[in-house]
Amino acid sequence: MKILVVDDFSTMRRIIKNLLRELGFNNVSEADDGSTALPMLKTGGFDFLITDWNMPNMEGIALLKAVRADPMLKSLPVLMVTAEAKRDQIIEAAQAGVNGYIVKPFTAETLKEKIDKIFERIEAQG
Amino acid sequence: MDNTEALDQDAERRALQLEFARQLVARLESSEWEEADALIRQLRLPYEQQLFEELGKLTRELHEALNSFRGDARLVELTRDHIPDAKERLNYVVSMTEQASHRTLNALDEAMPITEALHAMALDLRARWARFRNRELTIDEFRDLARGVETFLESGIQDTERLKALMSEILMSQDYQDLTGQIIRRVIRLVQEVEENLVELVRLSSGRLDLQRPAKPSPSESEPDALDALRGHGPVVPNTRDATADVVSSQDDVDALLSSLGF
Repeated sequence: MKILVVDDFSTMRRIIKNLLRELGFNNVSEADDGSTALPMLKTGGFDFLITDWNMPNMEGIALLKAVRADPMLKSLPVLMVTAEAKRDQIIEAAQAGVNGYIVKPFTAETLKEKIDKIFERIEAQG
Repeated sequence: MDNTEALDQDAERRALQLEFARQLVARLESSEWEEADALIRQLRLPYEQQLFEELGKLTRELHEALNSFRGDARLVELTRDHIPDAKERLNYVVSMTEQASHRTLNALDEAMPITEALHAMALDLRARWARFRNRELTIDEFRDLARGVETFLESGIQDTERLKALMSEILMSQDYQDLTGQIIRRVIRLVQEVEENLVELVRLSSGRLDLQRPAKPSPSESEPDALDALRGHGPVVPNTRDATADVVSSQDDVDALLSSLGF
């Protein structure tokens, strides 16, 4: 499984990458905002996207919308891991088609739980 | 005003002053004090007029500068709401970084004795193992060694598991860099905005009465609130305006909200 982690803070990317390695995901790439992530997604055959919201140039919510609008990427599972905690924002992300939403600070267990849930759903849908 | 006209006026004023001065000397010599006082006031009058005019002009400028200052709602908003908020944000950053350091140091405090004990046990076993290989151990000592190896393997498994958990704790506590970084960037944006507004204010007051400002809306005016609400803000900081927004307070809240939306 190939995963793209998008966050403008390299420390957070390292944390998520470490946790993913713990969970058995070793093929992880990184991008520091939506505008660098999108071209990677379009060329790279990724199976899963984990993205922050608050980033320069292209925010996570814009990336999510761009992914859903792209015929090749529209069914890519997207997990948001962000400090954004406004109800309106969570609703916005849900309406834009996010598959999971984690608020920072989060725990290793939460990340595992949400990833498991996303893939259970996808498998259940066939 | 025409130059010759000004000169004429000046000459006229001086003639009048000379006339007043002569009268003043005459009044003083004849001890007519009240009349003398009146003349002194007359002599002072043109200078007072000038002073009042200058003062009037200054007052007007001050008034208009204050008005334009007051009119700049953004600057008022910045000083009244955002600066105290920024102080609170930076205080929060200080306490977050402190907590993260303590979390890391606590994990290290627990991990160090564990690694030291494992190391000491390994040293002890190696020494005894060497004596065993040199056939220096008695049967009892060998039995002791075997028990020691067993204990070492058992505690080795448990201790390394604990060490892994502690390292994971250290890993997770590094999230402060992202969270405080987002808060600090927000304060930097505020400082920049304050700076721009102050520069504008200096430009205004150095231009004195030249109050024709370029029609440049401040950043907050150019962005509709509804759109702004959905932009990334970074972490919610307690005791700031963040806390007045409708925010979730935990992952459980997020899960509940999403499940209410059919997730």
